[in-house]
Amino acid sequence: MLLQQVAATTGHPLSGTVADWMWLLPLLPLLGFVLNGLLAVVSVYRRGPADPAAESGHGHGAGHEAVHADPAHAGAHGTHHHVPPRHKFAGLASIIGPAVLFAAFGLAVSIFGAMSGASHLEQPYVQRYFTWMPVGDFRIEAAFQLDQLSMIMVLVITGVGALIHLFSVGYMRDDPGYPRFFAYLNLFVFFMLVLVLGASYPVMFVGWEGVGLCSYLLIGFWFSDKANADAGKKAFIVNRIGDFGFLVAMFLLYANIAALDFVGVSQRAGELAPAIVTAICLFFFLGCAGKSAQIPLYVWLPDAMAGPTPVSALIHAATMVTAGVYLIARSAVLFALSPVASLTVAVVGALTALLAATIGLKQWDIKRVLAYSTVSQLGYMFVGVGVGAYAAGIFHLVTHAFFKALLFLGSGSVIFALHRAYHATHSRADAQDMRNMGGLRRYLPWTFALMWIATLAISGIPPLSGFFSKDEILAGVFARAGHSTLAEATWLGIPGGPLLYAIYGIGLFTALLTAIYMTRMMLYTFHGPNRTGETERSHLAEAPWVMTLPLVVLGILSAIGGWLNIPEIMGFLGPPQWLHHWLDPVVGAPTLAVTGGEAVHLAHRTEYFLIGGAVAIAVVGILFAVVRLKPARLVTKDQAVPERGFARVLANKWYVDEAYDRTIVRPVVGVSRRLLWTVTDKWLIDGLLVNGSARVTSFFGRLGSYLQTGSVSTYAWAIVLGVLVVLGAFTLR
Amino acid sequence: MIQEALFFSAVLFIIGVIGVLTRRNAIIIFMCVELMLNAVNLSFVALSRLYGIAGQVFVIFVMTVAAAEAAVGLAIIISIFRHHENVDLRNINLMRG
Repeated sequence: MLLQQVAATTGHPLSGTVADWMWLLPLLPLLGFVLNGLLAVVSVYRRGPADPAAESGHGHGAGHEAVHADPAHAGAHGTHHHVPPRHKFAGLASIIGPAVLFAAFGLAVSIFGAMSGASHLEQPYVQRYFTWMPVGDFRIEAAFQLDQLSMIMVLVITGVGALIHLFSVGYMRDDPGYPRFFAYLNLFVFFMLVLVLGASYPVMFVGWEGVGLCSYLLIGFWFSDKANADAGKKAFIVNRIGDFGFLVAMFLLYANIAALDFVGVSQRAGELAPAIVTAICLFFFLGCAGKSAQIPLYVWLPDAMAGPTPVSALIHAATMVTAGVYLIARSAVLFALSPVASLTVAVVGALTALLAATIGLKQWDIKRVLAYSTVSQLGYMFVGVGVGAYAAGIFHLVTHAFFKALLFLGSGSVIFALHRAYHATHSRADAQDMRNMGGLRRYLPWTFALMWIATLAISGIPPLSGFFSKDEILAGVFARAGHSTLAEATWLGIPGGPLLYAIYGIGLFTALLTAIYMTRMMLYTFHGPNRTGETERSHLAEAPWVMTLPLVVLGILSAIGGWLNIPEIMGFLGPPQWLHHWLDPVVGAPTLAVTGGEAVHLAHRTEYFLIGGAVAIAVVGILFAVVRLKPARLVTKDQAVPERGFARVLANKWYVDEAYDRTIVRPVVGVSRRLLWTVTDKWLIDGLLVNGSARVTSFFGRLGSYLQTGSVSTYAWAIVLGVLVVLGAFTLR
Repeated sequence: MIQEALFFSAVLFIIGVIGVLTRRNAIIIFMCVELMLNAVNLSFVALSRLYGIAGQVFVIFVMTVAAAEAAVGLAIIISIFRHHENVDLRNINLMRG
């Protein structure tokens, strides 16, 4: 039935090619979810609660923080080394989980081949499956749409996703919830593919909510620890605020142009009044701020590091958190119509990048450094799509997926090694704290080398991928500051031109901070003396190949990813601007609309100057960190003294969580407890309405019951009096 | 002649009503009810002179129903007596709300 419907959409250059199978892309991970989910459920039914942590499982998860290791567990096993049993379906799950992803990636690559071979792909290839919501003559189709933008996203999701699934096979090896983990991970990929393939905002919203659900499930994967469950809840609740924005934006679109599919919206976007466009874009951006962790809703992402490290790599670095960038690129037609909303996106992105980078300078948890780095890099992407350099934003999204997945998986490899060492000696030191690391380059040479590649890439050292994408964004900002519709607009009374130059400055300064905190992380983790502990040191070793291989592949991608989009002036390196040309049918027109109808061109001299400046700043940052930081002087976490002064403010994350707690959480809790619960619920609803109405009824019932004496003579008197009254009335009438 | 009969019937009926309202003994109340029925029978018979034979037919009906009522009513009174050892209606208020 599906295939018949697919065959009906002829006339597009892609129909009849392998692209007809695009419905299979999300279905493969869904199949993996079903199978792995069955494995997880069946094992529970067969022998009681196999999964979490309730019994002994807690310390077994390979990557689990040793801090939380169960003391009883540590004591029970005495001196001999304890090898925990694997889940009995672990073998099956570790085949199904990655296999569906690799199959999906293979399919994506062949579809990509078909797309590169085809010509005249100006229109997206839309497949309609069934009508989801018929409302009068307006209908929302369950439809997928394949175009250049969704193709890039599909390749990143399935490619990086497959590598991370492979890594998880090693990382989660001994976890008691092994099949459950792969079930959630597969489900996440399914929803992510629905998100990027959906042909309309409602279908995209299904994926949008679905990835939020999987994020929640995976952050709280080790839910028997309250902190992890709380982190999951925080992510979920903060994301709901953003989703409210997404919904309102959809309502506004429907109310004003009665179109929610991307093709229809792009055709009718011109009919929208300017104020309405701005409102729609700002509400969409609220959704993006939630999903992609921008000010003011970024606070959930660092806490989301409570999940297993592969989850942080896949969901909270490479794919889900970039959904907001994808949404803005997808809605480029709308954002190009509203300079105010675009400038808002850029300003918020720049401020987020700066704020997160400053916090990243003083974090000790290796995953938290990377989390704030992710928030910061997402800020860069929003600067890119905010100033209308949509291709540049997507470019940074792709390269960031490579090097940040590599960094997270590398940190996973480090945590894995430390955890194993601490597990062997029953130590309860923190396996994620950089103060307990140091000098790991001797024990983890592969991880060490590959993470340095990623660090140099994120810092913007040529010719690694991050250099090209970051430079593209900064050059885009600089060019538009000179001449564009944004430069002529004003934002809260500030003229656009100077504002864009300020954003450019913030971007450069953030690049400096990025280089500093990333180098700091590398120095403290891999250089200097080892602080892990005497006995633990002998247990430190590189992870198995199943974990190192994805790192190597990602390392290669991080190194050469920049070739996707080489700037014009570096044409000697290869074909310039490939990604830019590839995305042109999707975001080309909006980009031109922002730049005022002509392609942006900086003078070559200016461009060389900008590139030189950016590289110089990255080098300065790295050198500054190398010169100023002394890994040799660092002490382990339990001997560390708290920071003082400004460093303390940064270590405490600018006290933003505390501020939110005071200004939002506590008032809400207080109002809920005192007003909503005590007054409204207990007093008004329970007391007055429920029990009150019952009391009124029973009062009148009691009154009435006095009439019922049960004595026959009373009734007889009543009858006689009644007869007399009736007779009297008839007689005297 | 009819006037006297109707007057007599009314007197009998009122005696019955007063008996029902004031007496406590179930048997007496029962008899008073019978008295009221017979007062009505008397007026039926008297009025059948003016309005035809239907009044007398009704009397037969009333007597039949009264016989049935007497059977059921006396059975109830007997079972009340077995339960309470007397038939004072003041004690019988099981239907009190």
